[in-house]
Order: sequence, then C-alpha cells, then structure tokens
Amino acid sequence: MAAPTRISTAVIETTDLRRTFKTRGGAIEAVQGVDLRVGAGEIFGFLGPNGAGKTTTLRMLATLLSPTSGEATVAGADLRREAQLVRQRIGYVPQGGSTDPAETGRGELVLQGRLYGMSKSDATARAADVLRTLDLEAAADRATGTYSGGMKRRLDVGLGIVHRPSVLFLDEPTTGLDPQARARMWDEIRALRELGTTVFLTTHYLEEADALADRLAIIDQGRIVAEGTSDELKQQVAGDVITLGVEGPRDRVIALAGGLPFVREIGEHDDDLIRLYVDRGETAMPQLLRFLDSAGVSTISIALNKPSLDDVFLRQTGRSLRDDAAAA
Amino acid sequence: MKALRDSLLIYRRSLTLTLRQPVWIIMGIFQPILYLVLFGPLLEASTKAAGAGGNAFNWFIPGLLVQIAVFGGAFVGFGLVAELRNGVVERMRVTPMSRSAMLVGRSLRDVTILVAQGALMIVLAIPFGLHLDPAGSIALLGLLALIGLVTAPLSYTAALVLKSEDALAPVVQGIALPLLLLSGILLPMALAPDWLRFIASLNPLTHAVDASRALFNGDWGNVEVPIGIGLTTILAIGAVWLASRAFSRANA
Repeated sequence: MAAPTRISTAVIETTDLRRTFKTRGGAIEAVQGVDLRVGAGEIFGFLGPNGAGKTTTLRMLATLLSPTSGEATVAGADLRREAQLVRQRIGYVPQGGSTDPAETGRGELVLQGRLYGMSKSDATARAADVLRTLDLEAAADRATGTYSGGMKRRLDVGLGIVHRPSVLFLDEPTTGLDPQARARMWDEIRALRELGTTVFLTTHYLEEADALADRLAIIDQGRIVAEGTSDELKQQVAGDVITLGVEGPRDRVIALAGGLPFVREIGEHDDDLIRLYVDRGETAMPQLLRFLDSAGVSTISIALNKPSLDDVFLRQTGRSLRDDAAAA
Repeated sequence: MKALRDSLLIYRRSLTLTLRQPVWIIMGIFQPILYLVLFGPLLEASTKAAGAGGNAFNWFIPGLLVQIAVFGGAFVGFGLVAELRNGVVERMRVTPMSRSAMLVGRSLRDVTILVAQGALMIVLAIPFGLHLDPAGSIALLGLLALIGLVTAPLSYTAALVLKSEDALAPVVQGIALPLLLLSGILLPMALAPDWLRFIASLNPLTHAVDASRALFNGDWGNVEVPIGIGLTTILAIGAVWLASRAFSRANA
C-alpha cells in the first residue's frame, strides 16, 4: 500500500472503522477496519465493486449509520461525539435520489437551505444561485418528477451544496446517467474542487475514479486493498500489460511464457485471457509473438496496455472490477 | 425553539405537497359525501331499532368522524414509505434539523387535514337533519385532532420500522379494524352481548367515541368526556414520544 503523501490537513480521518450488520443468517462484517486520510480540497475516489462496503463507509461518515467500532474525524468534528457539528459541515448526496416528485426544484432547495438554518431570504437567494450554477433555472419551478435523470442528479448535488459544506459526499454520482450527463456531472464535481470543497465520492466505474479523483482508495470485501494517486497505484503493477488470447489450453502457454526473461509476472483470471506483466511492452510484444509462433501456439488476440486501475484491482483481489460493473 | 421552527418548515412543506395532489383532496371531500348519501338513509331506521333514541345523525356523525380520524391517521405511514423510498427522509437526516420536527411537522399536517375533513362533514350533514351544537362541534374537532396525534405517529413508527407498503398494509388493517369494530362506532354497543361489551370497555377508542358523542351534543357533564379525553391524551403523548425516537434513530 502506498504511503499517504502530500496531505497537509486531513479533512476526513478514520481509524479502524468497522460496521457489522446482524441478519438472520448471522453477522455480516460490511466494513472491516477502514483507515483513511482525505486531504483538504481534494477529490477522493472510493472505488470498489458492488457490495464492497463503499456505501456503508460513506453512510457512517455522513452520520447516517453509527460505526460498530473505530474512530473518525470529519470536517474537524468527532463523528461519534459531535455528529451535529459534522452534519452542519458536510453535504451528502445519496445514491437513489433525494427529492419529492411533487415538489419543485426551487422549493426543495429553499427548504434545504432553511433546514440548515438559513433565513428565508438567504435560502431563496442561495437557491437561485445554485440553480444558476447547475443550469437548472429553466426547470426551477417545475415538479422534480418531470426532470430527466441528469437534471435530477444535478439537483441532488445542489441540495448537497446549498449550505456551502466543506466536505461533500457523493454516493455513485453518475450511476445510471448517459455519457453526456456523466461528463457534465464530472465538470460540476471539478468545479466544486475549484471552490475549495473536499469531495469524497464512491464509484464502481474505473474511468470515473481515474478521470476525477486526485487520490483514491480501492475497497474490496470491507477492506482497503490499495490507496494512493491513480499513477502511484498503477506503478504497483509491474510495467506494461500484454493481454493474450490463445487457442487451446492456457496452461502450456503460461508455462512457456513464464520462462521468457522479459516477463515479470503472469496473471490468470476468470476470463479466458492471459495477462503478462512486462517491463517494456513495445519491445516485448514482437519477441513474444515470434516465440509463440515457433512454439506452435496459435494466438487469437493480443493487446498492449498501460496498466489500468482494473489491473491494480485484479492484482489485489484476483477479480476484475470491470466484470462486476458490467454485471451490475 | 429550533424544534418549533423546523416543525413549521416541515408542516408547511408537507401540507403544500399534499394539497398539490388533487386526488387526495377530491377523495377527502368525496368520502364524507358518500357516507352521508349512501349510508345516511339507513341510519334513522337502524338507530331507532337499536333504541339509541334522539337524532340519528347526531349519534352517527361523531362516530364517523372518529373513524375518519383513526383510519386517516393510520394510513399516513404509506406516504412516509414513499418519502423513505425517494430519499427525502435520508436527505433530511443528514441535515442538522431537529429530529422530532420530522415527526411533529408531518403529524400536524395530518391533524390539519383531519380537522378540515371533520368540519366539512359536519357542515354537509346539516341539510340531512343534523342538529348543530357549535361549541360541541369545536370540542369534537379538538378531540379528533388528539386522536390523529395517536394514530398518525403510530403509523409513522410502523412505516419507519417496516419500510414497505406490503408489510405496512396488513399491520395497519390488522390493528385498526378490530379497534374500530370494538368501539361502537358503527352500531351502538348497547346491542352487544355482555362479553363483547366488556372487551369494548377495555378499548380506549370506545371511550373516545363515547366522549365524542357527548361533546358533540353538548353533554359536557358526561363522565365519558374526561375519561375519553384523558385516555386519548395519554396515548397521544406516548405515540409522539415513540415516533420521535423512531425518527431520531440514526440507523433506521
């Protein structure tokens, strides 16, 4: 695991945070000791497959769920002892929406501002402000039930930032959005960072974590398996990745390729492909092809990639995040 | 102070949203009219047969209003399940707003609607031959509000625990129906065999119904008035306390 670097002030800091759910089938340890440090003003990505414990962690940090054990400080307040202070300083955008279909966008924003203690005139002015920022002015006085998915999501974000929180939690902010609306949401999130807001977002999209997050943590089965910047994490995966598809049994090819001097590591996963981790992909690939030819292996496909976050995840967990995201 | 301010915010919001649903308003007006037109004509004959004496509508209307308060209150949980599902409740839980205001604001909305429905029903019953006692009517509406403060918070508590309409429906029906049958709302308990009358006397709703009839007809000295109001007040305090706790539980 990469050492946390360059974090001057931690806005979120957790120590051995745990959460166990009791069900009829026994206790489920959804979060099994999470240690995190999120610095002021960064976009922190929390990446993991569905059911990994992302939302449970997020709900604990947002005071919606009390931790079974462990400590956490959020926005300068103690999560357990100063929950009310935490609530005043954070914004939280839940995964499944947060608006009443009969209320207007403006109505929701004004109420939200007032629930955070603003006066009526302040809340009204701030609502107009947020509607303008999120380009929802035209729909402001329509019931949210008539909004498109992207508009609804932007309004959810608006509700999370009405009171200018120093930390904003976003749970799967782009799940279910079309590519255009997703790109739009990314821009909004980056704009929040420009304003100095710390953004903590969960996602199961690799591209999202890669494109947005200054630093990220990968969680699997309730545990953090890797943490750092996207580049730091990728460097943990040795060199480049050659993904190989062959005819016939993989075992023989793996045994053969394992003897090659430039292959540092071989990954075999539940898809039918073989992953060779090599130092310099561009010189390794022609050599590999010649070698496979002479050994009588018929190659179906071959691809050279710089390591992705998926390779990081694969290496740490033995499973592909992409399969999970596709299945979700 | 903060709790009061937040309660009023939630009250105004939920009332506005309810009034934006024309179906509910139409149902709220139509239901009393149905009772008056389709059930009213049966009343006079049957109350005479039961030996209840006096004006049939003056006997029936208070009971009917209590029934509307019980069922109207009992069903408010369904609206909360919808709010849970669309994320509104969770969104409010993340704000520093008063937890009890989430309950109080919504319950006051429910009580407002009950009282408006009750007042409408009383006015509509006048042409059918109801003898109106203004002070008694106002007292009755006050008791209805109190009954609503028992049933609505209990319904919200059940909704917060069960979180689904499918689970909530049998619970609401299973509790409200026997309470109602055992309260003498539909027919005078004077007709009941002794064992049934005994069970009914243990039902707080029976006393609320008796108190509502006495109040409505200006029979202020009736012993059921303090009993009915006292029992209902105690239950309302308990229900509001229970439901406030349900709203403030972080993990619900």
